[in-house]
Amino acid sequence: MADIQETHLPGIGIRFDFPTSDGTRVGVLVHKTGRRELLVYRQDDPDECAISIELESDEARTLAEMLGASRIIEQLDNLRQEVEGLSIDWITIDESAEWANRTLGEAAVHTRTGVSIVAIITANGSIAAPGANELLQPGTKVVAVGSDEGIETLTAHLRVN
Amino acid sequence: MVSAATTGDTAVVFIEIGLILFVLGLLARLSDRIGLSPIPAYLIVGLAFGSGGFIGPTLSTEFLDVAGEIGVVLLLFTLGLEYTPKELSKGLRTNAVTGLIDLVVNAAPGVLLALFLGWSIPTAVLLGGVTYISSSGVVAKVLRDLKRLGNRETPVILSVLVIEDLVMALYLPIVAVMIAGSDLRSGALAVVIALAIAGLLLLIAVRFGHRISRVMNTRSDESLLLGVVGLTLVIAGIAQELDVSAAVGAFLVGISISGPVQERASSLIEPLRDLFAAIFFVLFAFRIDPGSMPPVLLPALALATVGIASKVLTGWWAGRRHGFATRARIRAGTALIARGEFSIVIAGLAVGTTIDQRLLPLTATYVLLLAVAGPVLTRFADSFANAISSDR
Repeated sequence: MADIQETHLPGIGIRFDFPTSDGTRVGVLVHKTGRRELLVYRQDDPDECAISIELESDEARTLAEMLGASRIIEQLDNLRQEVEGLSIDWITIDESAEWANRTLGEAAVHTRTGVSIVAIITANGSIAAPGANELLQPGTKVVAVGSDEGIETLTAHLRVN
Repeated sequence: MVSAATTGDTAVVFIEIGLILFVLGLLARLSDRIGLSPIPAYLIVGLAFGSGGFIGPTLSTEFLDVAGEIGVVLLLFTLGLEYTPKELSKGLRTNAVTGLIDLVVNAAPGVLLALFLGWSIPTAVLLGGVTYISSSGVVAKVLRDLKRLGNRETPVILSVLVIEDLVMALYLPIVAVMIAGSDLRSGALAVVIALAIAGLLLLIAVRFGHRISRVMNTRSDESLLLGVVGLTLVIAGIAQELDVSAAVGAFLVGISISGPVQERASSLIEPLRDLFAAIFFVLFAFRIDPGSMPPVLLPALALATVGIASKVLTGWWAGRRHGFATRARIRAGTALIARGEFSIVIAGLAVGTTIDQRLLPLTATYVLLLAVAGPVLTRFADSFANAISSDR
């Protein structure tokens, strides 16, 4: 977490800013009125803003979502690496895949790949710890845990190419 | 029963006030377009329409007098509204030395010039106030227009303004007593009493502000507007009656209102303030004979030049204390140059008193010069800074 500096501006609002790793300071000025101002400081004169962009509340939310979304992906990436030798992956089942429309038991997923399917995510919700009778329906997503090679094998059976 | 004559008079008054406001509206728009405060334009209109001006006065000013006074009360109220008690006490704790330097360096030229011209001590104290106080309205607008709110020097500039406002809360009662013109001993006593009352009101505002705010908080905008303006006028009236000056009463009501009511109250009352304050500025200039301005032009020019230098010095010093580079120091100093509404409020206290009335044209000229020069100079602050650095 970056070290955020907080400055009160009497009569105007609060400013938050922090230095990025490339040496630029960025900040946000939260006006008392709720308006936001995005600030980017000059690199040659850190006292002065090079850019200040006023954002209405919905614009600020949009920007935050854009920045936040990439952050979630980043966190998931980290999660995958977390346990050594163990991978988690989300695989969407293709229409014409080899194992499409078979049950987990018929496909004998665990026996053939060594991978456990811990959940199936459908449009109507998810099935946790699916039993041998659950169908591998095209368009649904399976959450698989196992070795990298195991997951590769499973992917080959659930996807075309 | 409305007689024909009164109806006719009303028609004339409507047309006159309407025309003046309409012209003010056009000039305010023009000023905004070129990035200036509308105050100089208001003063020029007042000079043109006023006594001895180009256009003869037929206006009965009794109504306008009261309107102008309400303008002063609302100016001070919205000033107090801008800051919470917390911001005031924090500003005072962290920047007291800067505030003191600002006071000494900027009030001294006014006081010294008045004494040099052989004017009385109360006049000198008034002129010191005129040269001391920056226009928080103009400064805040300039910082916003030039997109400097995020800059590092901005919190320092704002805290200087905060302290100036607190100084006003103590200064106005003192001046009110001095103008009343009692002898030295009873005058000193009156100053002490006035300060004690102002201090007590300030304490109430800081301590019980949140309660007052809660009581005032209603969902209806109408009720909030009427309630807040009513409360402000009552406290201002009481303060005036106690010789503490109405402006201070209004300022303290403004400080005591905080929290969610603050934001709504300021958006409701600001348009009202703009209307009445415009009347106040015009009326102030109205009373000045343009013929009285040339004789004070030279002192005003000298005072304005020193006034620019003294604010730049204040900003420079404050910036150095916070470890800013040359550019930021110059930006801070030049941003503070603008004088405006409060200089006129202070000089307005002298109207119709025994104070030397040459103070009025002097202040008008001074404000005309610096309300324009301030925003213009700070726009070129970085060029000045670069020029200074390349000289070395």
